[in-house]
Amino acid sequence: MPGYRRIEIVTGLFVLLGIAAAFWLALQVGQVGGFGKHGYRLTAEFDDAGGVRPGADVMMAGVVIGRVEDVRLKDSEKALVVMRIDDGVKIASDAFASIRTKGIIGDRYVRITQGMEEEYLADGDEIEETESALNLEDLVSKYIFSSGGKKSE
Amino acid sequence: MTAALGRLGRFTLGVVARAGDLLLLALQSLGLGLRPPWRLRPFVEQLHAVGVGSLVVIAVTGAFTGMVLALQGYYTLSKFGSESLLGAGVALSIIRELGPVLGAFMLIGRAGSAITAEIGVMRVTEQIDALSMMAVNPKARVVLPRLVATTLALPVLVAIFDAVGILAGYVVGVDLLGVNPGAFWAEIQAKTTGEDLNEGWLKAVVFGFLVGAICTWMGWRARPTTEGVAAATTHAVVLASLAVLVADYIMTSFFL
Repeated sequence: MPGYRRIEIVTGLFVLLGIAAAFWLALQVGQVGGFGKHGYRLTAEFDDAGGVRPGADVMMAGVVIGRVEDVRLKDSEKALVVMRIDDGVKIASDAFASIRTKGIIGDRYVRITQGMEEEYLADGDEIEETESALNLEDLVSKYIFSSGGKKSE
Repeated sequence: MTAALGRLGRFTLGVVARAGDLLLLALQSLGLGLRPPWRLRPFVEQLHAVGVGSLVVIAVTGAFTGMVLALQGYYTLSKFGSESLLGAGVALSIIRELGPVLGAFMLIGRAGSAITAEIGVMRVTEQIDALSMMAVNPKARVVLPRLVATTLALPVLVAIFDAVGILAGYVVGVDLLGVNPGAFWAEIQAKTTGEDLNEGWLKAVVFGFLVGAICTWMGWRARPTTEGVAAATTHAVVLASLAVLVADYIMTSFFL
């Protein structure tokens, strides 16, 4: 019966489609993918990366110019943030990188402030001037302890 | 007073008896599946009717669910400057909750009601009695393939629902609303684990079985009249939807 043969084939395709979808989901959930390999890389060391994650924005003057590719510990002491900057964005060699937050509880991002030098950073260079993440908890505790101190005086 | 008590008792006993009858039909059919003669053909035909037949409606539902989740999620998250969490929000909602539940609803509407009506009509036209006369067990021949088909088809349909939904959320979130594409995927990977996926699959299998068991039973026990089949089909859709929602709450509370 030719009708049944067609049913078999279509059902097989259906199951295959489901397996492909499940496989794709497992891959998306489990592994790193979806990053385009364009632009050039810059690194920066921070005393405190403050929870910046791969995929976070890199911004200059409030404009997204790239994203964080990797965050890891360097020399058991500092955070090394690897960024991928879009081609065509020139960053002076004395530029300044800081870790900021969008809003009070928003996403962390890396802010790059343009420098004055005529020389520009190239692939693999390091941004030397950095400022660590503003730690809200530290600020709060500092505020609590200092106000407590005033009262006792 | 005693009359009221009696009514309550009769009602409770009726519910328990029907629940037992439902479970018994499903388990007896499954038990018959362990014994020969085995024929693959009814299973393939039912998988085709249930699975392939629901494919388009599931894909469309998944796409619009992902799209509206991206819109609503963006609206909420942008109030906190956390737009980059959109991917994780969409993926987690779809994988853990909306994929299995909405997928089950679509399966009930598209395939479950058809199963009840089909078995009901077989009852009315005495085809089920005819099968018995020919020494073919109608539970093995009619109930079992449909039960197995919904149980197997729903996880497959849910996988497709999830994938389409997340991709549609990506299109709306990244291409229309301007969320960072790297952050969209990175947050999905950071916040979604294999356990979330497993919860989704397990829900899909349980819901698929529930839909199959309820819809076959409703048809099996339908009053053998035109009105009886119509009422059974309506009740099957309502009961199966409620059972999916209740089972969803119970399973979610166990997983969290």
